[in-house]
Amino acid sequence: MSNPPLEPKPSAAPALTVRGLSIFFGRHAVLKNVNIDIAARAVTAIIGPSGCGKSTFLRAINRMHELNPEARMEGEIRLFGDDIYSRDVEPVVVRRRVGMVFQKSNPFPTMTIAENVTVGLRLNGIRDRRTLVERTEESLRMAALWDEVKDRLNAPALSLSGGQQQRLCIARALAVQPEVLLMDEPASALDPLATQKIEDLIIELKRDYTIVIVTHNMQQAARSSDATAFFYLGELVEFGPTTKIFTKPTQKRTEDYVTGRFG
Amino acid sequence: MTATNHQWRKAKNVLMQTIACVCAVLVILPLLLVFFHLVSQGASSINWAFFVELPKPVGELGGGMANAIAGTFLLITLASLVGVPVGVLGGVFLSEYSHHRLNWWIRFTADVINGVPSIIWGMVVYALIVVPMKGFSTLAGGVVLGLIMIPLIMRTTEEVLQLVPNGYREAALALGVSQWRMITQIVVRTAMKGIVTGVLLAVARIAGETAPLLFTAFGNAYWTRHLTEPIAALPLQIFNYAISPYDDWHRQAWAGALVLILLVSTINIGVRVLTRDRFSQRSA
Repeated sequence: MSNPPLEPKPSAAPALTVRGLSIFFGRHAVLKNVNIDIAARAVTAIIGPSGCGKSTFLRAINRMHELNPEARMEGEIRLFGDDIYSRDVEPVVVRRRVGMVFQKSNPFPTMTIAENVTVGLRLNGIRDRRTLVERTEESLRMAALWDEVKDRLNAPALSLSGGQQQRLCIARALAVQPEVLLMDEPASALDPLATQKIEDLIIELKRDYTIVIVTHNMQQAARSSDATAFFYLGELVEFGPTTKIFTKPTQKRTEDYVTGRFG
Repeated sequence: MTATNHQWRKAKNVLMQTIACVCAVLVILPLLLVFFHLVSQGASSINWAFFVELPKPVGELGGGMANAIAGTFLLITLASLVGVPVGVLGGVFLSEYSHHRLNWWIRFTADVINGVPSIIWGMVVYALIVVPMKGFSTLAGGVVLGLIMIPLIMRTTEEVLQLVPNGYREAALALGVSQWRMITQIVVRTAMKGIVTGVLLAVARIAGETAPLLFTAFGNAYWTRHLTEPIAALPLQIFNYAISPYDDWHRQAWAGALVLILLVSTINIGVRVLTRDRFSQRSA
């Protein structure tokens, strides 16, 4: 892995430092003054009811929320110390360092399996065939898809099953070697078996990557994350180790949500 | 509900169904009539000479429309050189870059332009190109047909680009791909069949345009050696032959019309094949 060597201890420097983050769509505040440190090489789950701002929070980390022309942000996000909203930083550069996997699997329909994996590299100007071939295998292995597709790399991506397509999207995101991987409900459209595979994969990936995952599935958050953040109405209500959030939350609203009393 | 009421409803249903069916047949009927008529009148005049020979002078029998057929293809090529890049990029702008209010004006303008009678385009290009260049020309003919293509291609391109799910755009951008590369390599590639379909439909539309060519390409009884010379085209030749007083020319006009409609039908069938392919790919 070409990630910067980081100590996997909890005391290590956080991957992401978020300070005073507020996001507005027009005049509506979607996120209000969020402060959070996200640990490197760990899985951080973002939970909360629909419309609480958790997806917006995720998209702020790779500046995808800027696709909405009405969006405006305040505050600061640092990625391993670098201010990703600094004037001289292009969103394109941020997104190469912070990959993203979406709720609905979206492999490119005009491309083969292998082409989907290398598309990020190719469109960023990497042409060397050997690099592309190597990176294809490496990424598909990391996404636990290699054994299933190694004999049909040139088949259309859409010939894969839903769960395989989502793992292909993970491989595609990994191929550009990001430092952080954002996942927006990556398993919500999959059956339990495919979900299981994605969850196993997430736990595998945290050895090399910092993962932030938005989920509606409490069990998923409890099973696969190290830390959990609970958002409600645009505010970060509580953030701590996952076991603590699910067993001894300090806030009433957190307790109500994780026990299924609302949301 | 009474029995008579029920029967009246049934009768009404049958009546409306019949009327709708008759109307549907009325849609198909003209096409069949045109085809039948063209084949019966024109097929006998289609022979090898028709495709390879120049028109004969008045009084001599025989000859063909080789220059008009070649001219139509050349004009379509020139028109596509003008219409395809501008139309496709305009559609890309509408779909991918522009903001709502500007879009409304561009769409509105494109729709108005689509409704402008083609003869008016002929007059405009006559004033803009033919007069300053002091002569009818192939170039002017290509430009006028290209101008007619632009709004057609622009709107179809915009529509098929809008059909590309946003998830693909986001996936590409999240990989750190620039917007322009995302558009050309992902969005346009995904919608390519639809764009080609739109271009082919525009070609089919301009292939039969006559009025704008009267002011621009003008027609030519011989081969055209330069883009600044007038050029023959199938619709022009049909028009000139059909209004002539000679029976042999009338027969050739019918043959030309048959060739023209076969050309346009072939393009339309090509479009069907392309779109059917797209559906099968989507369901796969």
